[in-house]
Amino acid sequence: MSEAAVKTAAGKPRPKYLNLQALLFEIRLPVTGWVSILHRVSGALLFVSMVWLLWMLDRSLSSEAAFEKIKHYAGLWPVKLSLLVLIWAYCHHFCAGIRYLFLDLDRGIDLATARLTSWITFVVSFAFTALLGWKLW
Amino acid sequence: MEAVVSRVVTGARYGLRDWLAQRVTAVIMAVYSVIVVVGLIGSAPFSHEIWKGIFAHTWMRVATLLFVASLAWHAWVGVRDILMDYVKPDGLRLSLQVLTLLVLASFVGWTIQILWR
Repeated sequence: MSEAAVKTAAGKPRPKYLNLQALLFEIRLPVTGWVSILHRVSGALLFVSMVWLLWMLDRSLSSEAAFEKIKHYAGLWPVKLSLLVLIWAYCHHFCAGIRYLFLDLDRGIDLATARLTSWITFVVSFAFTALLGWKLW
Repeated sequence: MEAVVSRVVTGARYGLRDWLAQRVTAVIMAVYSVIVVVGLIGSAPFSHEIWKGIFAHTWMRVATLLFVASLAWHAWVGVRDILMDYVKPDGLRLSLQVLTLLVLASFVGWTIQILWR
């Protein structure tokens, strides 16, 4: 970063380099950006969790004793909490994904609508998470 | 005048196929998810008997396999996008991409074993 930072007309030093501080405290994502990055984060989370979920499906279908064991295991609070996070990840990925399908079809691409559907994505995915979490326990 | 196109070799195809596949598989998974969730919420107390019964139907096994195969293809496109964005050394990225493919292929194999045993 040897180039001298230049102040723009708006008084902001440019170029802006990305670092941890900038990412955490200085760059404010708009709501549409949050939907986007969380779509990626939730997708990655679901990918790395897939081995665990498949393992539970495998055990739960193998025998009655194994099923009861998995049922008990799923009742432990760290497991419950992890499952709830994954349920949220699935719901968010699902809702945001449907939003992207509409954007692909050029529906809802003006700023006001895009912001509104972003908020709807958050509200609906949280509501689904709460509903499914409540239903499961 | 000839346009100068400078393309970096990334191992990715510059095509429509994966983009489309990601969307088609998304719709397949969405339909399956809604049917399963609605079915499970409607069903009575959760026991091994009921759980095994659900997966005893051939159509449910086929639908579940279709879901997992869709998931594998969908996740391949998504994970590859993530790797292309964040992993810059070519050798490491290629290794991770191959690893991802192997993992996803084995998930599909494992699912077949879980469903038809």
